[in-house]
This record gives sequence, C-alpha cells and structure tokens, in this order.
Amino acid sequence: MHEMGIAMQIVEIATESIPKDMAHARVARVNLKVGKLAAVVPESLRFCFEVAARETPLAGAELHIEEIPVEARCNDCNHEWTISEPVFTCQKCNSGAIKILSGRELDIETIEIADEDATNVS
Amino acid sequence: MFPEGFKIIRHLHHHESHKSPRTHTQSGTVKNVQTSDNRKIKVVRRVLDVNQQMAERNRQMFHENGVFVLNIMSSPGSGKTTTLEKTLERIMSNIKCAVIVGDICTTNDADRLARSGAPVVQINTDEFGGDCHLAAHVIEKAANGIDLEAIECLIVENVGNLVCPAEFDIGEDLRVVILSVTEGEDKPLKYPLMFRECDAAILNKIDLLPYLDYDSEAAVQNILQVHPGIPVFELSAKTEEGFKPWIQWLTAQVRSNRNH
Repeated sequence: MHEMGIAMQIVEIATESIPKDMAHARVARVNLKVGKLAAVVPESLRFCFEVAARETPLAGAELHIEEIPVEARCNDCNHEWTISEPVFTCQKCNSGAIKILSGRELDIETIEIADEDATNVS
Repeated sequence: MFPEGFKIIRHLHHHESHKSPRTHTQSGTVKNVQTSDNRKIKVVRRVLDVNQQMAERNRQMFHENGVFVLNIMSSPGSGKTTTLEKTLERIMSNIKCAVIVGDICTTNDADRLARSGAPVVQINTDEFGGDCHLAAHVIEKAANGIDLEAIECLIVENVGNLVCPAEFDIGEDLRVVILSVTEGEDKPLKYPLMFRECDAAILNKIDLLPYLDYDSEAAVQNILQVHPGIPVFELSAKTEEGFKPWIQWLTAQVRSNRNH
C-alpha cells in the first residue's frame, strides 16, 4: 500500500547514484531485489515507479524486480531450507528457534545508464 | 561507483549548449566509446535505509530520556484504541505514559485516549499523502510535542493496517500486534511479516466467542506457527477479562527497561 512512497525513494536513491560527471545521463533500468516477505506488490510498485520517474533522469526506465525467496536456518540443528508456506518452524526438528537468512530485502542493486552516444555524436 | 578501467565521456545536451557556448565548441570532440550495452552502476542500498537511520536516531533519543517505546499495530477495528484506553487506566498510576496515535483522518482516537490523563499527540497521515503506516520521521516530529523527560513509556498506536506498519521501524523497543476474534483465524498466515516482527500478540474480543464460530485455539496455533514462542494474550478489552496477564507482562517490560 505504500508502493508510491517506495517508488519515490527508489527514484531518489537512483538519481543520487548517477555519477556527478554524468549529470545528464538517463537511467534505462533499475535492478531491485524484493524479498518475498517484504510488504510490496511488484505489479503495484512497477506502476508507481513509472509515475514517480516522470520528469526525472529515470523517466521511462524499466524497473527490474528480482524476487528473493525466504530462506531460513535452524539454530538447533543447522538445517537450511526455503520457506514457501507460512510455517516458521524447522522442517527437520520442529524447533521454533530459526533465523531468517533472506526474504526481507528491498534493495537497489544497480542502475543502468542508457548509452546515448550515438544520438550525441555529430 | 564505476567498474574498474571504465572511462566516462561527458555528454553534451542541447539545452546545456545554449547556456554555455564554450561547451558547445567541444561538442564535436565527444567520442563514442561504448555503443552496445547499458552501463551498470553498482548501488547496493536498502530502499528504506533513510527510514532505518531515522528510526535509530529516534531510538537513541528515547533511550537518552529513559523512555520505553511500544508500537501497537493491528488491522482497523480490532480494538487498538479500546485496549489502549483500558491499559492506560491500569498502568498510569505506576508508569507515566504518553501516546502518539496515527490515523489517516479525524482526532476521534486522540479524544478518547486523552481522557486517561496521558498526553496525546494525534498524527493525521493525510498530511503525508494518506500514508498507511507511521514512518520514523513522523514519530520524530510528533515526539517533539511531548515532554520526554516527564514520561517513562511512549505508546504509539499505529495506523490500522496489518501489512505496511510491519515494514517500518519507528525506533520502538517493543511491537505488539492485536488480532480480534471477528477476524479470520488464518490472519497470521496471511500476514506473516506482521506476526514475525512483533514481540507479543493480543487476541482481543474474547467476550464475543459465545456468539461466533471462531476457533481461538486455531488462531493461537497459527500465531505460534508463524512466530514460535511469542507470548499471546487472550483478552477482552471491553469486559477486561484476561487483562491481568497482559498488564503484568507489559509492566515487567517497561520496568526491565528502567533498570538498564
């Protein structure tokens, strides 16, 4: 439900990440990692991103979302597995003492600057 | 950041050339060094790291003032305000509290809570675009209106929502989720992040159980399946049945903070 706020943050972080000496660069693609546990709906985020990116160096950029599965490790028996149902007890020994290893991500990995040399060279 | 050995050639755009004739004369020297793929620039930043930093700042501010912060979350209508009213009634004589209450609109909840004698700050998130949660910077602003030295416990009643508030750290010490028996038993399975992120759960409105086909045992099992070992308090904020264990537990949490 707060996808618009997140989209605006993405635009802000991506804009800040454009190197100073590429002040007029256009961002073609933002690569984002979204954990399955994150309270974000990818479709909704893509829509909001498109709107938030207007009139910024990210206008028209593609938001590429890599969904990260929820991985866990049991503190008691060290078993590691992927959680695909809302059961947060160890598959092997049933212990409730587990550590979530991944699945909470909401990270910008990279941005890709469009190569526009062709349009600028006379 | 650039990949090693990466060379940047500045691009000159039309509007820039108009402003600066000097650069205009250089435009012919621009070289085309990369023609194919986009240039990847490493960022690796958490989207919510601005909120996280502000939350840490809030946490430090609260700790410096010896204030314990409780964040109460639930879906709309599960009884946050009533639970809070009754909780304040019982603990105000021992623990000096203040309340921050978040809603999209109205000051109804703040008016109800102010009767307890606790200072109440209402946040209407429509100022912030009708937000579905309270973010750390909003709490910082609201806390400015509270004399932190005069209180021991700050209770934040979050916006009614089982999804978004779980994602936003506000600098609290403890998170409590309220589920009521008029919601489905499977809510913890549908909103696992909320139940994972909380330190305790309240199952509210148990006075209604005789009138409902509600399996409260299943609801508690579902909470424990998502968050094994979490304390669950089954109570009715209306009749105050089952209220004592919750008050005892909360008081112990605030006291342990006081001794640190």
